[in-house]
Amino acid sequence: MIKIEHLNKRFKKLHALADVSADIPGGSVVSLIGPNGSGKTTLIKCILGMVRADSGNIYFDNKLVHKDFKYRNRIGYMPQIGRYPDNMKIGQVLEMIKNVRGISEQELDNDLYEAFDIESIKDKSMRSLSGGTRQKVSATLAFMFDPDVFILDEPTAGLDPVASEILKDKITKEKRRGKLILLSSHILSDLEELTTDIMYLNEGRLQFFEPISTIRDITGEKRLSKAIAKLMQHGFSKDEMNSTSTHQTRIVS
Amino acid sequence: MKLMAPVICLLLFTPAFGKIIPVGANEAVKKIGQAVQAAASGDTILIKKGVYYVENVIISKPVTLLGENRPVLHGSDKYEIFTISGTGVTVKGIHFTNSGYSSANDYAAITIIDASNFVIEDNILTQTFFGIHVANSHHFTIKGNRLVGKTKSEQTSGNGIHLWKCSNAVIENNNSSGHRDGIYFEFVTNSLIKENVSHNNIRYGLHFMFSNDDVYSKNTFEANGAGVAVMFSKRVTMNENIFENNWGPSAYGILLKEITDSKINGSKFYRNTVAIYMEGANRIEISNNTFRENGWASKVQASCSDNNFHHNNFLSNTFDIATNGSLVLNKFSDNYWDKYEGYDINRDGIGDVPYHPVSMYSMLIEQNPNSLLLLRSFIITLLDKAEKAIPSLTPETLRDDKPRMRQLAI
Amino acid sequence: MLYDILRSKVIIAYTLFLFLITFSLFQLEADPGKAMLSVLNIVLIVVPLVSMVFSTIHYFNSYEFIELMLSQPVSRDKVIISEYAGTALSLSAAYLVGVGVPVCLYNFNATGISVILGGCILSIIFCSLAFLASVKSRDKARGIGAALLLWFYFALIYDGLILIILFTFSDYPLEKLTLVLSSLNPVDLARIFIMLNMDVSALMGYTGATYKDFFGSGTGTIYTFAVMLLWIIVPLLLATRSFRRKDL
Repeated sequence: MIKIEHLNKRFKKLHALADVSADIPGGSVVSLIGPNGSGKTTLIKCILGMVRADSGNIYFDNKLVHKDFKYRNRIGYMPQIGRYPDNMKIGQVLEMIKNVRGISEQELDNDLYEAFDIESIKDKSMRSLSGGTRQKVSATLAFMFDPDVFILDEPTAGLDPVASEILKDKITKEKRRGKLILLSSHILSDLEELTTDIMYLNEGRLQFFEPISTIRDITGEKRLSKAIAKLMQHGFSKDEMNSTSTHQTRIVS
Repeated sequence: MKLMAPVICLLLFTPAFGKIIPVGANEAVKKIGQAVQAAASGDTILIKKGVYYVENVIISKPVTLLGENRPVLHGSDKYEIFTISGTGVTVKGIHFTNSGYSSANDYAAITIIDASNFVIEDNILTQTFFGIHVANSHHFTIKGNRLVGKTKSEQTSGNGIHLWKCSNAVIENNNSSGHRDGIYFEFVTNSLIKENVSHNNIRYGLHFMFSNDDVYSKNTFEANGAGVAVMFSKRVTMNENIFENNWGPSAYGILLKEITDSKINGSKFYRNTVAIYMEGANRIEISNNTFRENGWASKVQASCSDNNFHHNNFLSNTFDIATNGSLVLNKFSDNYWDKYEGYDINRDGIGDVPYHPVSMYSMLIEQNPNSLLLLRSFIITLLDKAEKAIPSLTPETLRDDKPRMRQLAI
Repeated sequence: MLYDILRSKVIIAYTLFLFLITFSLFQLEADPGKAMLSVLNIVLIVVPLVSMVFSTIHYFNSYEFIELMLSQPVSRDKVIISEYAGTALSLSAAYLVGVGVPVCLYNFNATGISVILGGCILSIIFCSLAFLASVKSRDKARGIGAALLLWFYFALIYDGLILIILFTFSDYPLEKLTLVLSSLNPVDLARIFIMLNMDVSALMGYTGATYKDFFGSGTGTIYTFAVMLLWIIVPLLLATRSFRRKDL
């Protein structure tokens, strides 16, 4: 569904993305992991068209993304830090995005709106919100329009445990409905049970992009975090990759 | 001798006792020339309404030519219409039109030469080369005429009222337009130009040269190519005139050149490129005038001395005074300058610091006219302010030591 | 599409500021013509400055909004153009009310109209320039710095350079060059446009007549407006192009 080809992006000296290629199929839940500054957010922003790559292409449903903006109708995006116009109220922000999307009230998915009880705080101005509440608003916005793809940048960071659970339930629900979900996180434990595939970025390079089952097989670890830690230490060997890789992945050891 | 008595009577009481000779299509006398020939001194030739084609009628005896219902005298674009000489001729109520043009001679609708005591009154002159051309004549009145020239180039048009070598003339309440010069004076003395309107002439509204001891007052000079020129003359009094909308690269309200011992007062200068331009002018008193919205209220060239500007109002002029020299031999006092920014602590109505009417920028423009395009730009404002604080280019002594705080009631 | 509330507070303050200044100028000065001179200074100096700085600050303050919009199915051109339209519109509206109303009340004539028109166009032009400077700058501080430099250049430096050129090459005929040079600065263009009414008497003098003949003619007026239009469109176009490639 989302196809990335030889993507490169530099910010001055920093090589934020180095020749990243991946083919993310629909229906999967991909966890994009890697240390801070490894290029996770840059990759997400590239997919959303907010950052323009220096070279390489991204296709959304076989269409080049930088030629188009309408594909974003099919994406719900939850940013790492939700930044909203300070002077607007929550209700106004929601209304504005509804206008932009042009979706009728009946088609809206109000699960999170109700679960987070946004109704009760809709007259609060964005300026006064805590980080957690902002994240609630971001999540609500991302899920409101029932898109085909969810891109969630560190979705549970900053959320209280209750809200975090609500969000996880929602993600699970959407997963069951066959949606493509791309999650980024620098800690994995949180979303372990949801993930079908792991994409690991380090210093702008895609180290591996494999199904969880493959990773478990290779490492022989049951717990994902341990499995990954092991992979980070020892790396993926080429033979292993050839025999087991199910995704088009470039692996650097 | 029996005949002599009425003749003497006629001479003494000309207008009252002359006979009336009607001229017209339905009259016994059909042509004006015939009537003039037939007329005796003191007679009135009454020209009835109609169009008369006239080939230069010469009038040299004291008769009155009076138009009834404004007859039209047509010069066929070839001829002069009247030539007058001698004394005591009156021409009144006639419309002169289409007089001839000559590049060699000053053809006029009415030519007057070697004449005196004549009156040209209440006539209309249109499509003329020169309108009324007077030479070597004295003691006469030209009054209430309306003259419209053929507006062409400076070379192919003549003057409206043209006086050469005359004295004791009164030019009053005429309206002259579309000529080279509306009113032209050369070697004219002891004369009065009063309440005329001279406008839209190609060159000067009033062109005044080598003419001493004259007065012109309450005239309006408007939208003439070069305004009014007063040159090479002495003892000219100019008061209560209005000079307005005289625009152009060399247009002036008044151009004063080589003129001495004269006065300009009570006049209004409104929207002229340069209201008063002075070159070689000495001992001129300029007082009680209002200068409003002119490009330059006055340009005083270095060749001028002992001129005295006092009790004038300077309002909304782009530049107040400009000069090309640093030597200041002219005096400015008791004027109101709207650009004055001083204060009056003792409240006597007179500013406590002198006003310098020459700005740095006006000096720059004298040197480099192109910089006019920077007028009112921020950099020019800054330069002017800097110059005010530390004068370097502007003549320090050109100043009004007693600037008025309030506009003078004029 | 534009929900902007904070902006209105600053814009209302700006409107009030212009209105009070202009109004008191007319009140203090018995002669409206003289007050117009001070108004002219506001138009040529304050209006570009405020338009520039306000637009830049506004652009960076709307960054969150722009970011939010761009994660939605909205084209980049639409986002930047709406941002621009909103800013330019509020700036020119503030000017029209703040300066336009008092001028109409006290000095409604050709000069007045040219001042209103000139200032309005300058507001829009400097908004364009500010957007270009903002899009090209990485952060707010740099953006405001660039805006101030541009303003300083157009309001002061440029004319200083012209003056230097005029005096350095005073032996050559420079009428045409001066004419071209002044149309390369929107502030000069607006100033000349206003001067044609305000100082028509002086402009009729020697070389002035060349300028008056040109700028005062029908072609000159069309030329003036065409160049001003370019000053609006070109920076905006460049800003839009640059914005298309900008990383958020």
